[in-house]
Amino acid sequence: MVIIDDVTLTYKGATPAVTAVRGTSLTVDHGEFAAVVGPSGCGKSTLMRLVTGLVKPTEGTVSVDGALVTGPVKIAGMAFQNANMLPWRTVIDNVMLPLEIVEPHRSRFRKHKAEYRARAEALLATVGLAGFGDRFPWELSGGMQQRASLCRSLIHEPALLMLDEPFAALDAFTREELWCVLRDLWQRLHFTVILVTHDLREAAFLADTIHVMSARPGRIVQTKKVELQRPRDLDICFEPAFTDIVHELRGKIAEVRQA
Amino acid sequence: MNRLTEKLAPWLFTIALFVIWEAVCRLFNISTITLPAPTAIYEAMVKHWWPILTNSYVTLWTTMAGFGLAVIFGLFLGIVVGWSRTIYRGLYPVMIGFNSIPKVAVVPILVIWFGIGEVPAILTAFLISFFPIVVNVATGLATMEPELEDVLRALGARKLDIMLKVGIPRAQPYFFGSLKVAITLAFVGTVVSETIAANKGIGYLMTLAGSSFQMPLVFAGLLALAVEGIVMYAVFAYIEGRMTRWAFRSSMNTAP
Ligand SMILES: Nc1ncnc2c1ncn2[C@@H]1O[C@H](COP(=O)(O)OP(=O)(O)OP(=O)(O)O)[C@@H](O)[C@H]1O
Ligand SMILES: [Mg+2]
Repeated sequence: MVIIDDVTLTYKGATPAVTAVRGTSLTVDHGEFAAVVGPSGCGKSTLMRLVTGLVKPTEGTVSVDGALVTGPVKIAGMAFQNANMLPWRTVIDNVMLPLEIVEPHRSRFRKHKAEYRARAEALLATVGLAGFGDRFPWELSGGMQQRASLCRSLIHEPALLMLDEPFAALDAFTREELWCVLRDLWQRLHFTVILVTHDLREAAFLADTIHVMSARPGRIVQTKKVELQRPRDLDICFEPAFTDIVHELRGKIAEVRQA
Repeated sequence: MNRLTEKLAPWLFTIALFVIWEAVCRLFNISTITLPAPTAIYEAMVKHWWPILTNSYVTLWTTMAGFGLAVIFGLFLGIVVGWSRTIYRGLYPVMIGFNSIPKVAVVPILVIWFGIGEVPAILTAFLISFFPIVVNVATGLATMEPELEDVLRALGARKLDIMLKVGIPRAQPYFFGSLKVAITLAFVGTVVSETIAANKGIGYLMTLAGSSFQMPLVFAGLLALAVEGIVMYAVFAYIEGRMTRWAFRSSMNTAP
């Protein structure tokens, strides 16, 4: 689904020019849940922008869904650490925003608004936001906004979901709750996910594969398959197999931070 | 009770100001030529109510005409400037330079071009008031959260989509916030131009009265201006509140 082949990216606008990632490769299969972890500033967000075609690699190639990425990919849903809701739109209108842009929904949107509304409401219900559609984002808590943001990234059923530390700003309980929300959505819809996170437990709980990046200039230095059975339950976080994975990753990150 | 006093406070302070003014004039026996007392001004107002009214009307409509032009051009230029960060960075210094030209210096040029009358007043009002609108609209557009832009671009949104869905709604509080600044500036522009070169308007009336030492009438003109200014400001502050209620509720910053 996603192939990053020996990609280097240098931000030339900055003085001095910053090489965010250098000679990195990464493959994510169709329907795979991949997580990327690494020290702060190592180029994880840059990697996301490369995959979605928002920045062009200085060297190397990125391809998504079998096609070389030359511009914005048009199929990706994205969510970030900040919910980035539009404060002048109600929650449901925020969630429906991608439908106003992505074809074929775009041209059908006006005529089939009721149908799409129902769909958005159903999606909101699955993340525990039933009945909040007509509120404004600023009437919602941070965690609720983040759920809505997740809905916005999924409403058009993207084949590729890009998540950049979407749960980082949340408290531990809400975060674990949203892990389960994401797990269930993924299990149901089977899209491809690339999740950037600082939380190793999050990566181990959700992902099929975990990629560890080195310090800047970033490069994938280790790829770890998570062989835990699915469906996973939160209790798995206390099993030795799970803690072993987290422990190993922790060691690796400490090592790359030293280097 | 407390809210009532809060509501009445502006009135109370205004009344107090006039009372103190009157008292000072009487106590120190200040001559009307230096500083006319409010009662003297009131007398002048009653006596000259017709010229004050007609000239106020002229000032009002020239101001509104200049302001209207400023809104149209300001919006247009603001959108152009805010469209891309490159244009924003490139044009900003030029506009700052333009804005730092004292508009009084331009009035004689306008008079040479358009003759004495309403046109220079309208144009001065326009020149002085369109800048805050441009800057605010452009800032509202150019300070869009890059992550939000990324979300939309990754969906295949074109620049126009992003502007329509995010940029323009987002710039609205900036725009409406700038209107109340711009309308007050437009008044300044009109009156400056009228005092220099006009045959109508409050500014002209004041110069005329001043040259014949009718100080109460000069001050009556000033008061008329103040009232017009306050009313217009209030109108646009009200519109701002109505149009952009969300901006006051959300954490998003609005224009100063
Ligand atoms: N638009 C940009 N222009 C110039 N340099 C940039 C730009 N974006 C990122 N960088 C630089 O590239 C490097 C990697 O940034 P990136 O945001 O990808 O890191 P990250 O791994 O996501 O960090 P964090 O974990 O803190 O979010 C940083 O050193 C940053 O300063
Ligand atoms: Mg980042």
